[in-house]
Amino acid sequence: MSLRASTSQTIGPYLRIGLEWMQIEDIAPKGVPGERVSIRGRVIDGDGKPVNDAAVEIWQANSHGRYAHPDDKQDKPLERNFRGYGRSLTDEQGAFRFNTIKPGRVPGPGGKLQAPHLTVTIFMRGLLKHLQTRIYFPDDPANVEDPILALVPVERRSTMIARRAADATLEWNAVLQGKNETVFFDF
Amino acid sequence: MTPAPYRRPYWNTQPEYLFPKYASTVKRAPTQPLVVLPHTLSEVTAPVFGYDEVKPADSDLTKQHKGEPLGERIVVSGRVLDENGRPVPNILVEIWQANAAGRYNHRVDQHDAPLDPNFTGAGRFLTDKDGHYRFMTIRPGEYPWRNHHNAWRPAHIHFSLFGQGLMQRLVTQMYFPGDPLLDYDPMFTCVADEKARNRLISLFDWENAMPEYALAYRFDVVLRGREETPMENRR
Repeated sequence: MSLRASTSQTIGPYLRIGLEWMQIEDIAPKGVPGERVSIRGRVIDGDGKPVNDAAVEIWQANSHGRYAHPDDKQDKPLERNFRGYGRSLTDEQGAFRFNTIKPGRVPGPGGKLQAPHLTVTIFMRGLLKHLQTRIYFPDDPANVEDPILALVPVERRSTMIARRAADATLEWNAVLQGKNETVFFDF
Repeated sequence: MTPAPYRRPYWNTQPEYLFPKYASTVKRAPTQPLVVLPHTLSEVTAPVFGYDEVKPADSDLTKQHKGEPLGERIVVSGRVLDENGRPVPNILVEIWQANAAGRYNHRVDQHDAPLDPNFTGAGRFLTDKDGHYRFMTIRPGEYPWRNHHNAWRPAHIHFSLFGQGLMQRLVTQMYFPGDPLLDYDPMFTCVADEKARNRLISLFDWENAMPEYALAYRFDVVLRGREETPMENRR
């Protein structure tokens, strides 16, 4: 049997009604092993204005580089209390936030290891289908050999790498248009 | 071994980011070329939710307050399948909608129509082993928006679905059969393939109607399916 996937439609301006019950900004509860990281950022539109009605979702592996999913059959530890999913709805400043642990490396195309990364899915009014991108970690030596970053033009790679802010949090913005436009995937 | 990648969208069945008839896309659509993403382990896995997080009462939007909401009760049910025709079990389905008067319970909605103290308009369901879901709700009203002169949204229910892989994640809208506003709506008409659009229209569902209580609509959702044949063997 061959069916066609249903057409995507915008999430619209009222997403909070349906999605707010499951905001998960603290992805890793206390006791989950791994390097703790706080990520802060904003979603910014083509006029440089904050997008105050976006949903930002994270999907990530645990610190050992394993996803809490039955199709990840790697022989690595799983933690019961770490799902690896986060959802943050942007505020009036277009800001979102996540507290989590830095994921380990997971296999990529051809068995080559990928650098630690968070997958990022973004929904908002004005997007008939969602955006897909990634956040990589600053100064990680694995970034230079990451098979996905390697597909991105060199001058745009930095848009997918978080910056270390003064207070040790990581900063990463989703810039929808213009100079420093974030790299988004055709997925 | 990474499981097989998901199929790429079929021509003209998924919207482009920039679609000026829907004015908000103009300042929010990416302008730089998209980078084609191979489907790695990160893309073919997705969060797993449990029945302890979604309660049976979460799927009845008419029973979330002291009184009954105003409007026409309806059953909305269907199946979630993938493109290979297989049911997608145990995935989270979230819905939200306007009340019977066409007003959302949201501070941004300033439409001059009454709020209903007995209606929030949000529901959740975890699909069963055969991919079925079912909601009890009220039929949402149409409402105006400011996209263009005399713009009205057809009646619709917002759907958010997770899949078994991140690449199956889908947010869409369910419409109602025979709605005269559909042809004027830039969201409904955002793809060129007319059959694809029409699959967003629910079917009047006589069999699931509840005598003397509620009419029913059926809305099946298809998520992306895995490539069945390894790429190397393709002609």
